[in-house]
Amino acid sequence: MPIHIIDRRLNPGGKSLENRQRFLRRAKSLVQGAVKKTSQERDIKDVLEGGEVTIPLDGMHEPRFRREGGTRDMVLPGNKKFIEGDYLQRSGQGSAKDSGPGEGDSEDAFRFVLSRDEFVDLFLDDLELPDLAKRKIAQTESEGIQRAGYTMTGSPANISVSRTVKLALARRIALKRPRKDEIEELEAAIEACTDEDERAALVARLETLKAKSKRIPFIDPLDIRYRRFETVPKPVAQAVMFCLMDVSGSMSEHMKDLAKRFYMLLYVFLKRRYKHVEIVFIRHTDRAEEVDEQTFFYGPASGGTLVSSALQAMHEIVRERFNPSDWNIYAAQASDGDNSYSDGELTGLLLTEKILPVCQFFAYLEVGEAGGSAFDLSDSSLWSLYERLRSSGAPLSMRKVSERSEIFPVFHDLFQRRDTAKEKAAP
Amino acid sequence: MTERLFEGADWDFHTLQRITDACEEVALKDLGLDVYPNQIEVITAEQMLDAYSSVGMPLFYKHWSFGKHFAFHEASYRKGLMGLAYEIVINSSPCISYLMEENTATMQTLVIAHAAFGHNHFFKNNYLFKQWTDADGILDYLDFAKNYVMQCEERYGRIEVERTLDAAHALMSHGIDRYPGKKKLDLRAEEKRAGRRRQHEEEVFNDLWRTVPKGAAKSRSTLSIERRRKLLGLPQENLLYFLEKSAPRLAPWQRELLRIVRHIAQYFYPQSQTKVMNEGTATYVHYRIMTRLHEQGRISDGNFLEFLGSHTNVVFQPEFDDPRFSGFNPYALGFAVMQDIERIVANPADEDREWFPDIAGKGDVMGVLRDVWANYRDESFIGQFLSPRLMRHFRMFHLHDDPEERAGIRVDAIHDERGFRRVRRELARQHDVGFIDANIEVVDVDLSGDRRLILHHHVIKGSQLNETDAKRVLQHLADLWTYDVALIEVDANDKVLREYVVSPRPIPAAVA
Repeated sequence: MPIHIIDRRLNPGGKSLENRQRFLRRAKSLVQGAVKKTSQERDIKDVLEGGEVTIPLDGMHEPRFRREGGTRDMVLPGNKKFIEGDYLQRSGQGSAKDSGPGEGDSEDAFRFVLSRDEFVDLFLDDLELPDLAKRKIAQTESEGIQRAGYTMTGSPANISVSRTVKLALARRIALKRPRKDEIEELEAAIEACTDEDERAALVARLETLKAKSKRIPFIDPLDIRYRRFETVPKPVAQAVMFCLMDVSGSMSEHMKDLAKRFYMLLYVFLKRRYKHVEIVFIRHTDRAEEVDEQTFFYGPASGGTLVSSALQAMHEIVRERFNPSDWNIYAAQASDGDNSYSDGELTGLLLTEKILPVCQFFAYLEVGEAGGSAFDLSDSSLWSLYERLRSSGAPLSMRKVSERSEIFPVFHDLFQRRDTAKEKAAP
Repeated sequence: MTERLFEGADWDFHTLQRITDACEEVALKDLGLDVYPNQIEVITAEQMLDAYSSVGMPLFYKHWSFGKHFAFHEASYRKGLMGLAYEIVINSSPCISYLMEENTATMQTLVIAHAAFGHNHFFKNNYLFKQWTDADGILDYLDFAKNYVMQCEERYGRIEVERTLDAAHALMSHGIDRYPGKKKLDLRAEEKRAGRRRQHEEEVFNDLWRTVPKGAAKSRSTLSIERRRKLLGLPQENLLYFLEKSAPRLAPWQRELLRIVRHIAQYFYPQSQTKVMNEGTATYVHYRIMTRLHEQGRISDGNFLEFLGSHTNVVFQPEFDDPRFSGFNPYALGFAVMQDIERIVANPADEDREWFPDIAGKGDVMGVLRDVWANYRDESFIGQFLSPRLMRHFRMFHLHDDPEERAGIRVDAIHDERGFRRVRRELARQHDVGFIDANIEVVDVDLSGDRRLILHHHVIKGSQLNETDAKRVLQHLADLWTYDVALIEVDANDKVLREYVVSPRPIPAAVA
């Protein structure tokens, strides 16, 4: 009996991928809720690693007719001391009645592991940068290739078989290359032929046909066509996000932690969703400096507070590097709301005159102490300043955060996809 | 001394070939097995997980529930809660066995003996499999099913198809013919028939027919209730079959989907009835083959010890008060009974002569076993061949739990002279699918009246349906039937215990 032994290990994996995607699509709202809940408890870096989520099985339940209750009979192994007619105490009141082994509630919550991509995608699913309007063809970026007819030269990988065969066929017909069955027919005729003269004529004809078919190749290098591709520049929206963080002495560790979490989230969101977003990190005490992300997130600093310095720095960077007519400009500022009293006016002026006119969106996040009931009582100087600006119609969003767990909802709130957004942002 | 098949734990494809040849020699010559041609495939852990999620079949139509199972298995596998099976074997011709690449050479030998010869012989020879499954056609049919579902999704939308399949899956356990009917399932012919049906519909389609005025409907009173039921083939316990044939408003493709689910359920029906026997046979066969190979010196002592370690794990039966206990282990029970039969046939005690006069001391072990494998299912197998000796060995006892009984759970019988027959009968009954599944059947519907579908659940021993689940399943049923569905739970005296009535949901507008 023949036995086939087959190595399937090299077969493409992920056979269940599609089923998995269907499942995720179906469970989307549930999974999304679970993802948000999970991410509140975790460090942002961990969030990006994906991981396990638990969803209620309810919506995903596959019902069957199941029986339960009634009198039950069972045969069990391992009798040690029972004899016929003994009575066993039921363990727990009525528990024997409603929980059959392995049935019922055991599957109520369903845990499974999401990959990193799935997790972050679901996490950021309904977020976008608001009002991404200014689109311009970036000079260097040319994205994507598209088919553009055929060419005579190219790499063997791009050979177009159907085109090549078509051309070869046309050429063979045009040059009247004898077909195989023609030759076979002739050979058969010679075989069957009895008349010597006729036979000689046929043989001669066969010779010519054969010679001709040799001269005209079945496929000529001339026939070969390759698929041609060309690169097409795609319009991309250019955007820049300014992250302004207060690192002055008045910011406690907790506040800094909150602010950093917020920016980390913002950073992830932008990196993942928008290929063409530049991010500028500015941190300030009583003076501002542009720093790289490493310093921004991890570098120590301390000092007084002058918010205007950060705005001034941002303004200068915009002037130097980001022409407002070409760029969508966004800014997110995090601070505890303290500012030197004398600085208020300048800050307001910079914002209204220089910053807000060029900004698509300006988000202000005020961080407070944990439990922060005190800071609800009176608004900080920065908050009341911004509040005034906002009521006069500036594109400004403001939120207060005092607990870690509030970061995600607030972030979500700030960058939620707006219904008013007319066009979808370019990825 | 014969040459060793392998040394150590490593193997390559030549080793597998040698192992298979050696196993085959023992299986065919010494044990006299009769198997389908074998096809052995080596797969990775990930592929094994894939296979898990589609009920072990190499190809299957796409559905979210398989994705759910995949996610579930994957999560528990990654956390180390669950080990993967060493193999999966498919009842098809050729018989496909999947082996995990991580297995050691000894394990591969064990698995080949177990699956490629043990299960394979059982699939080919057991009467249930012969009657209900079509090993030649199953793979082609699954391929057809997969493509058909895909085409339906293209034509009618994923959501629509999903809704139909969800409903069909919910009714899957009641989409089975339990009694052999007119003819054997021939999946290849099924597939062709489906194609022809579609072609015929396309050929004879003429929109004019729609406009032809119909004659006056026959008066209702002419049909007596008896006649009406008879025309619809009622009572009918195969709910999917009934819907496929009689549901008034299903589209042809929906009927075909129900048919596919029904055929697949039917294909798996014998497996659920023969868990103990199937695993018992395979375990017995691998044990015999491995022992023989060791006797021949083709497996070293060390490797044989490794085998015994795994084998003992497989046939381990925890006792009822052990935290690991979760019912009878079909491998342990099946293997023990088979070995016991071997003993009774070859070397019976007086007790055995009294209990098993037909086989005791007959001498031809393999002949008797092959006959058992061919002609029994779990229920009859246990009911006939569980010996007093084994009941004593497992120290079996029978508990009767009546919720009305205040005193507690009664020990009804134990492994003694008075109890042997009762314990055995009860254990056999536990393995009777006819007894495990709820007995639900369609009893009546007035197609020319309100079209309410009436089902009865015959309650046995006071065990009623789980309410939440029953409502959900009935909702699916009503959606397919498109009119009201009533399920009435009646006890043995026709007393109505509970009644469900479910109306179909309006079909929501398709969502993109």
